[in-house]
Amino acid sequence: MTDVLQALATLLVAASAVGVVLNRDPLRQAVAFAFFGLALFLLFLVLQAPDVALSAMVVGAFAYPMMTLLTLAKVKDRSG
Amino acid sequence: MTARARVWLFLVPALGAAALFVWALTGLPDFGHYRGPYGDVVNARVIPERHATSAVAAVNFDYRGFDTIGEEFILFAAVVGVTVLLRLERDEHEESPRDRAERHASIEVADAVALACIGLVAPVLVLGVYVVTHGHLTPGGGFQGGVILAGGPLLVYLAGRYITLRQLRPKGVLDLGEGAGAGGFVLIGFVGLVAGAAFLENVFPLGSTGSVFSAGTLPVINVSVGLEVAAGITLIVYEFLEQALIVRAGR
Repeated sequence: MTDVLQALATLLVAASAVGVVLNRDPLRQAVAFAFFGLALFLLFLVLQAPDVALSAMVVGAFAYPMMTLLTLAKVKDRSG
Repeated sequence: MTARARVWLFLVPALGAAALFVWALTGLPDFGHYRGPYGDVVNARVIPERHATSAVAAVNFDYRGFDTIGEEFILFAAVVGVTVLLRLERDEHEESPRDRAERHASIEVADAVALACIGLVAPVLVLGVYVVTHGHLTPGGGFQGGVILAGGPLLVYLAGRYITLRQLRPKGVLDLGEGAGAGGFVLIGFVGLVAGAAFLENVFPLGSTGSVFSAGTLPVINVSVGLEVAAGITLIVYEFLEQALIVRAGR
């Protein structure tokens, strides 16, 4: 059961990481990255590393995408 | 260089790197089979020595606490850097958020979203305080809890209450929290020196294992780090929101 969960979480991380790379639009990329952060959180959780999971969640799924989105909002305002 | 030559120039080293990578992977311990002695030593010693049930916190804030001071000051420097970079530049002016709200009247936050966000503020803050104060007992601690705490003000913004958020303007408090949190960690280190032990040595009473008030310096350092991280991330959020919402190019 644990093996299946770990394999699923690893696949989810791989798929969402590829999704981030294949997205060429920064706005979509920021949202895709938030999903990648969430996948990473699930992987660390099923690998029984809750401390790292918490860090991955707050940084990957919250802090980093938020700053990317706000930066994009600013850059768009400057150029348009 | 022709396209063909470039492909070969990539393929040959790439195959070599892949072969080395696979070779390295075969030398790794089996998945889930930990070989090193340190984890086992820490697991066996952490409760008798430190009365802390979270071995990760004991390693981070005690056994190798000096490294963590460095990490904390990386964040501190990053926050200072962002604040300096996002200052009001000479060719920019601030726009009243009210004007902007009128111009963008079409982007109204739905009542359900606003209600959900406002309703979540208090639980998120409580969760943040819990994660910070229980860092030595369960997974979590100052860094993770601090970021969760910073989620509170962001929820106020998401609820469409940017004007409220700006009126609060607790910038003085945030600056103070950021500095006091970072300095507090170092001060706790000096307590060790004053007590005649090493810098950052755990000289506080250890208490009974499992209690919030146990593990000596660990919870104190966690609160200090939590204060620094919460204030720092909130400052960054404030600066970015100001840049994105009210700072405009041109005078």
